[in-house]
Amino acid sequence: MIAKRPPGRQLLLQGNEAIVEGALAAGCRFFAGYPITPATEISEVMSYRLPAVDGTFIQMEDEIASMGAVIGASLAGVKSMTATSGPGFSLMQENLGFACVAEVPCVIVNVMRGGPSTGLPTSVSQGDVMQARWGTHGDHPIIVLAVSTTQDCFSITVKAFNLSEKYRTPVVLLADEVVAHTREKISLPHAEEVEVIDRIRPNMPPDWYIPFENNSRGVPPMSAFGDGYRYHVTGLIHDVRGFPTQRPDEIVPFMDRIFRKINQHFFDIQMVNTEMVDDAELIVVAYGSVSRSARRAVREARERGIKAGLVQLITLWPFPRQSVEPILRQVRAALVPELNMGQISREIKRINQGVARIETISRIDGHLITPNEILTRLLRI
Amino acid sequence: MAAVTKLVHKYLRHDKKFPNVWCPGCGNGILLGSLIRAIDRTGLQKDEIVIVSGIGCSGRISVYVDFNTLHTTHGRALTYATGVKLGNPKLHVIVIMGDGDATAIGGNHFIHAARRNIDLTAIVVNNNIYGMTGGQYSPTTPYGALATTSLYGNIEHSFSIAELAVMAGAGMVSRGTVYHATLLDDLIEKAIMKRGFAVVEALSHCHTQYGRRNRLGGAVEMLRWQKDAAVRIDKAKSMSPEELNGKFTIGVLTDRDLPVYTEEYQKLRESARAMMSGAK
Repeated sequence: MIAKRPPGRQLLLQGNEAIVEGALAAGCRFFAGYPITPATEISEVMSYRLPAVDGTFIQMEDEIASMGAVIGASLAGVKSMTATSGPGFSLMQENLGFACVAEVPCVIVNVMRGGPSTGLPTSVSQGDVMQARWGTHGDHPIIVLAVSTTQDCFSITVKAFNLSEKYRTPVVLLADEVVAHTREKISLPHAEEVEVIDRIRPNMPPDWYIPFENNSRGVPPMSAFGDGYRYHVTGLIHDVRGFPTQRPDEIVPFMDRIFRKINQHFFDIQMVNTEMVDDAELIVVAYGSVSRSARRAVREARERGIKAGLVQLITLWPFPRQSVEPILRQVRAALVPELNMGQISREIKRINQGVARIETISRIDGHLITPNEILTRLLRI
Repeated sequence: MAAVTKLVHKYLRHDKKFPNVWCPGCGNGILLGSLIRAIDRTGLQKDEIVIVSGIGCSGRISVYVDFNTLHTTHGRALTYATGVKLGNPKLHVIVIMGDGDATAIGGNHFIHAARRNIDLTAIVVNNNIYGMTGGQYSPTTPYGALATTSLYGNIEHSFSIAELAVMAGAGMVSRGTVYHATLLDDLIEKAIMKRGFAVVEALSHCHTQYGRRNRLGGAVEMLRWQKDAAVRIDKAKSMSPEELNGKFTIGVLTDRDLPVYTEEYQKLRESARAMMSGAK
């Protein structure tokens, strides 16, 4: 028998721990956070793991400060992350906007719990989907990903870092209380098997460096403080050199570029898993922990002879319209179960434009939608 | 004069569209001068220095100087600076804030940065008012003073920023004024070279928004007040409380050797590595 290389480490981890593993594998070496359930384990494990790999963990005085420190560390050239839940995510919105406009790569994990306000500590929810998109003020591009399993928590966290580095943008990773605290088997790949993308750094002489250049990719190379490319970083709308501007002929190209850098790479950013949709008449569109209930419900519906399929959204924003739209054109009806009053179903209705019948299940009582609830609805549609 | 011009050419950004945003006679210009003279004396390279500023008139300083510069959100400059310093401890990070910036919206960050004794230089330009937004009262506006939001007289009591920093645990705290420019040069230089959290409270004047409304005269009169009311800290020791009434002290208030966050963290890393390799 040929000795086969083991497929990596098999571990029993909870989602929060897997997020830490993903972040470390992606090269994250700075974490700033503030305790909040159900995200605290991420801070705890980071505080233990980071110093051993020459990284830095700091517990800041609040979430505002955590987000500020994350941006600062990223500007110093270190991949950075923070993790929080609803109330803390609200506090981070101010500096999250700074990261969008100054194009600072970083990852923000929001383990969703029931809101609004202190809400339902700490029951499961998906109530922050819209806040992740529009929480900070002003028009801004952002990438938001959702995780549904412990394995996802690892691989999608790596992906979140890669996207943030590639496009110089903050990436919000939406987990929820169920994913974060479910302990299950995970297979961690060997370090060399993980695809890690780093930001492009300038290699031209410092005098030639234009820090916010409007190039064809829309993503200018990013220098770290101390590398010899002295430049200005600001939350004000700025010209290509980084200096504040009020000139319409500089404002418009800047805003256009930060949107274009996301939009023109849409197919690289959008991630959707489909299961049994080719011949489906009914589909369930789900994300996060709810997609696990949905998968079971779809499989059981198939056993009963119903042509059901699953569309699992990983990328929530920019909304993966190009993937979902063609499927909506071929099915009779779509069911959107989610743990909020209808944040993604609203988006589905918007792109559907009345073609398929759209049904929703909204559960906001702090409990997960069960496979049976979804199956019962599928049987009735 | 030639020496001054040399520094201007060396440290100011010529690709930035001058003139600056400040009113004629503003103390921020004097502070900017002190800052570049102090940096020049330290002998540090421009690439090693990061200037982080908050929001307000003082926050614009970062635009004009040729270092790695970061103009952050209101009150949060110290949090960004904390990240920069921990991300690359070799950098010398100098934070410039206003009084409202550092002690109102950023008050929490200010006391916690001091408590950690993280290796940063924090310059707080205290002009007793929110100047950029048009003259609202700040945490350092004196009791009874007039501002656009205290037209009947301010009923709040002011913070003493330097003393606050001492109590919060900063390694070095000093106070100067923009009138005593050579002293300010020294204080900033000492603060940059200090290992640990070093605060310089730089008293300044806002004749446009504060002086005018409170009938304190123009920039010259307000500078003269700084001259008259300031007492060197060694001289103050031999003065009675009556003599010190209405005065404030300038100089180094405290300079103590406390454990520095970045150095403590390096030790923590070593024990973490030892523990991790022991576990295997």
